[in-house]
Amino acid sequence: MNKRSRLHLPAPPARPGERPDFSYVQISPAGAVARPEISVRARDIDYLAHELVRVLGDDAEAVGPWNPHLDPSDLQMGLRHMLLVRIFDERMQRTQRAGKISFYIRSLGEEAVSVAQCMALLPGDMLFPSYRNQGLHITRGMPIVDLMCQLLSNTRDMCKGRQLPVMYHSKANNIFTISGNLATQFPQAVGWAMAAAIKGEDHLAASWLGDGSTAAADFHHALTFAAVYQAPVILNVVNNQWAISTFQGYAGGEQRSFAARGSGYGVASIRVDGNDFLAVHAVTQWAAARARTGAGPTLIELVTYRVAGHSTSDDPSRYRAKDDHKFWPLGDPIQRLKAHLIRLGEWSEDRHETLIAELDALVAKSWQEAVTYGTLNEGPRLNADLMFEDVFKEMPQNLLRQRAAMRLQRT
Amino acid sequence: MAHMNMIQALNSAMDVMLARDPAVVLMGEDIGYFGGVFRATEGLQRKYGEHRVLDTPIAEGGIVATAIGMGVNGLRPVAEIQFADYIYPGIDQIASELARLRFRSAGDFFAPVTIRTPCGGGIRGGQTHSQSPESIFTHICGIKVVMPSNPYDAKGLLIASIEDDDPVVFFEPKRLYNGPFDGDPNKPAVPWTSHPKGQVTEGYYTVPLGKAEIVRAGSDVTIITYGTMVFVAVAAAAALGLDAEIIDLRTLVPLDVDALCTSVKKTGRCVIAHEATRFSGFGAEILAVVQEECFWDLEAPIQRVAGWDTPYPHAFEWEYFPGQARVSEALKTVMEVT
Repeated sequence: MNKRSRLHLPAPPARPGERPDFSYVQISPAGAVARPEISVRARDIDYLAHELVRVLGDDAEAVGPWNPHLDPSDLQMGLRHMLLVRIFDERMQRTQRAGKISFYIRSLGEEAVSVAQCMALLPGDMLFPSYRNQGLHITRGMPIVDLMCQLLSNTRDMCKGRQLPVMYHSKANNIFTISGNLATQFPQAVGWAMAAAIKGEDHLAASWLGDGSTAAADFHHALTFAAVYQAPVILNVVNNQWAISTFQGYAGGEQRSFAARGSGYGVASIRVDGNDFLAVHAVTQWAAARARTGAGPTLIELVTYRVAGHSTSDDPSRYRAKDDHKFWPLGDPIQRLKAHLIRLGEWSEDRHETLIAELDALVAKSWQEAVTYGTLNEGPRLNADLMFEDVFKEMPQNLLRQRAAMRLQRT
Repeated sequence: MAHMNMIQALNSAMDVMLARDPAVVLMGEDIGYFGGVFRATEGLQRKYGEHRVLDTPIAEGGIVATAIGMGVNGLRPVAEIQFADYIYPGIDQIASELARLRFRSAGDFFAPVTIRTPCGGGIRGGQTHSQSPESIFTHICGIKVVMPSNPYDAKGLLIASIEDDDPVVFFEPKRLYNGPFDGDPNKPAVPWTSHPKGQVTEGYYTVPLGKAEIVRAGSDVTIITYGTMVFVAVAAAAALGLDAEIIDLRTLVPLDVDALCTSVKKTGRCVIAHEATRFSGFGAEILAVVQEECFWDLEAPIQRVAGWDTPYPHAFEWEYFPGQARVSEALKTVMEVT
């Protein structure tokens, strides 16, 4: 080829060995973004899709119109949930490395997304998570041991051995089953919300996907249907900058914010500091109030950073700079909330260390219990007959025959 | 009982279910105020309101996905995909989501969605309004697949599908909407009023899923078919003077294996006919099942009659369509072996 290609290829902030440059992240000062009334029309708040709602400043003080003025006890609860997510993640990562579970996905650095958003919603609200939303289960009170049993596909696995680790669900806690296919849950959440509206109920639906998944057709379907029917739904784009090895520029984030896409559909859209527990809580509460009062759907872009690899099958050192998260301009959600609580006089380093020790012990004890229900390689196992159940409500003839054939093969 | 064509029978089924069950909602492109491009939902929005008979954006993936969400939230959606040819943008939501919710959540979540969609050719629809993609769906674990051949069955099967807690893809052979069709496009159209299956009960009844029907009992040969090809098969066998046993599957999944095998064991000969393309068509599955179950009773190799393995051509519709001549050839071939 003689001519040089003019094709634009988005560049990441840094490849291995380079110093990360996050200057592309547009950051508004804490407290600087106006908070409109919940009845506002989507078309009148385009600025919210470009600014960055922040409450916690660098001095750890809560400022501005989005300050949700949460009780210290709620902040402490949020800190506890986030710490539990992080400690659980860390332990499960090591467990996978030790060969005790086949696969794991951490949410390191993104804990505020699930925890703060879940705390801003009501128990009757239906959640349609992605695979990095373990914080939803923890915030809604799912015992750690139940999550571990799913990871182990053991005899207490809620999925009966049918799902890859981390694909949890909880009917009791209104958390939907996770698909391994990306973005499919987004328009399903809209349908759930449409049904709530048809039935005249006040519950809303919320769903999460990553920046990479916004490229999928289901993102477009969700926004279109949400806008058309003004469904009571909160659609969350967790912009953690990476889709496995692909930088968010390849999902189209380079030219405009992901939140700005919502404005195009006529959906109220907000860009928020995803590592600011208070800001995340506040915008979610605002969106929930809109949904419950018939003001329609909201798209929230949560700007955060995927500190961990995509999954245990991923090696980020092959495509991005080591320790790049240390340069991330929005810090760490746990450190920021902790500093805020200390500034309020409602927390201390001692209490923090005590809490970490308590949660470490909880996770360790949970694991000891979980393995008594079986592991991948030893202990009690689920009956393989279970693979034939729940394909249909009642087992048809061909599955009855195949189950019988499999039993013969086993004997 | 009343005279109904297949469109009226389908309309009646949805009318009955909208009245019986407040959880039933209809959704699809052009189905609301307008009543659908084939008129299947005519008058239902006026009768039950805009909140139960929803016009939707033109996005099949979005229609299926939102129907799933509604189903999970306690509704019983009946989604129309305007033509089966348009169903492909919805396949990920059907195959990866709808079909597997119950399995992957160990029974905690399911969505009782029925997807209605007109299929088949013979209406000058060209390659994007004539397809019969049923075998794409029969290959997916976790969905039921239905295709009626007449108004009476269409209504009873649709009510059964709506009431079923498993997802159903419900194919409607659109060439049969207005009358039975024996495969000869040059004959005057025959309305359903002159056919016994055009006599339809006005209220509630079901035709159970998973049960084939013996359309005509006979002893010479078994013809296994469904949808548009039922009447073609009847006409072809009659023209040859064969005492054929003709089976209308009605439901492809779950398959009524007992009905097929009982018949083939009796006749010893079998022809399988469908309008869909032949290669990896549903006929291949039927043939395999019959061969496995009835091999020692067979007098002759099983024959398949199907659409050619090409897209449905606009200008050569009747050369493409597996009409009476092709069914007759297959019947002669299986009868020749003694």
